[in-house]
Amino acid sequence: MKELLQIYLAALRVGALTFGGGYAMLPILQKEVVEGRKWNTEAEILDYYALAQCLPGIIMVNTLSFVGQKRRGKTGALAAGLGAITPSLIIITLIAAVLTAFADVPAVQHAFAGIRVCVCVLIFNSILKLWKSSVIDGICLALFLVIVLGSLFFDITPIAFVVAAAVFGVLITLARTRKGGGAA
Amino acid sequence: MMIYLRLFWEFLKIGLFSVGGGMATLPFLYDLADKTGWFTGAQVADMLAVSESTPGPIGINMATYTGYTVAGVPGAVLASVGIILPGLALVLIITAMLEKFRKNRYVEGAFYGLRPASVALITAAGLLVAKITFLDEALLEAYSGGGFLSLISWKAVILAAVLLVMTRWFKSTKKLHPVVFIVLSAAVGILFRF
Repeated sequence: MKELLQIYLAALRVGALTFGGGYAMLPILQKEVVEGRKWNTEAEILDYYALAQCLPGIIMVNTLSFVGQKRRGKTGALAAGLGAITPSLIIITLIAAVLTAFADVPAVQHAFAGIRVCVCVLIFNSILKLWKSSVIDGICLALFLVIVLGSLFFDITPIAFVVAAAVFGVLITLARTRKGGGAA
Repeated sequence: MMIYLRLFWEFLKIGLFSVGGGMATLPFLYDLADKTGWFTGAQVADMLAVSESTPGPIGINMATYTGYTVAGVPGAVLASVGIILPGLALVLIITAMLEKFRKNRYVEGAFYGLRPASVALITAAGLLVAKITFLDEALLEAYSGGGFLSLISWKAVILAAVLLVMTRWFKSTKKLHPVVFIVLSAAVGILFRF
C-alpha cells in the first residue's frame, strides 16, 4: 500500500511539474524515478518513453504507467495513471470554473480572441515539427493530402482515417518487403 | 446519467485512437463538438490555450476541461480517466514483449501510415481554428460575394505574423515557453479589442 502511494505521488509530481508534456517531462521523470527513488535506470526510462509514443493516448501517462507496472504490476500502473491526471483535474477544473463564470465579460472575450491567434501559431509550429519525422516520402505526402481534404470536406470521423492509415501503412510495408525480398 | 456514460465512452475512444501526443486529441475534440453540440469549435481553441498554459499533459488538460464544460466535476474525472484507460491497458499487455513490439514489422508499418495521418488530422483541425480566428464571423454570415479581403481580420493577421517571427526567427524569443506568447496575445487582444 505504501509503495502504491509512493508511485501515485511520484506520478503526481511529474504531472504537476511538467508544462506541455512530451520532451519537457523527461528531465523531471529522470530526477524523480532514476536519481531520487532509483526505481529505474536511465535506459529503461528512454525505452518506456519511446514505447509510450507508439501507443495511443497520452504519452506521459503511458510512460508513467510502465514505471508503475514495473514496481507493482496492474495496480502500480493504475496508481501511476491516476497520479498523472490528478494535477490536471484540480488545476483545470478551477480554471474552467472561473472562466465559465467570466465568459461573458468583454475583456475576457477580447483576451481569448487574441489567444486564438496564438493558438493558430502554436498549432502551425507543432505541425512543422511533426512534419519532419512523419511525412518522409511521396506516399506519406499523398496520404497527408488525402486525409486533410477528406476531413475538411466530408463528415467522416477521425477514427476512420486513423484505422485506414494504419492498415495502409502495414500493406505498403508488406508490399515493399515482398518486392525487396524478391529482388534479393 | 446518460451524459456521463456517453462522455466516458467518447473519451475512451479518443484515448484509443489518438496517436502522437497531446495535439493529436485536437481533431477528435472538434469532431466531438460537431457531433454532440456539447461545446463549440471556438471553445476547443480556448481549451487548447488553457491546456498549453497550465501544468500537466496537454491531452489530459483538454480532457478535463472538456469534461468539466459538459458535465461539471464528475464529467472532468470521467473524461480524464476515460482517455488514459486504453493506453494503460495496452501498457500492461505489451510490457511482456517490450523490445519486440517496437521492432515489429507490422507495428513499424502501421506507424508509417499513422504518423502522416496524425499530422493531417491536426492540420485540418488547425485550419478550422484559423477560419474562426482570421475571418470575421459576423461578416462571413452576411457575405454576398466580392471583396473577400474585407472579411479578413487584419488585426489577427498582424499579431500572427509577429508571433511567427518571435517563435521561429529570433533565437532569444524562440526558446520561450508557449505560455509567454499566450499571455502576450491575451494582452494584445484586450488592448486592441480583438
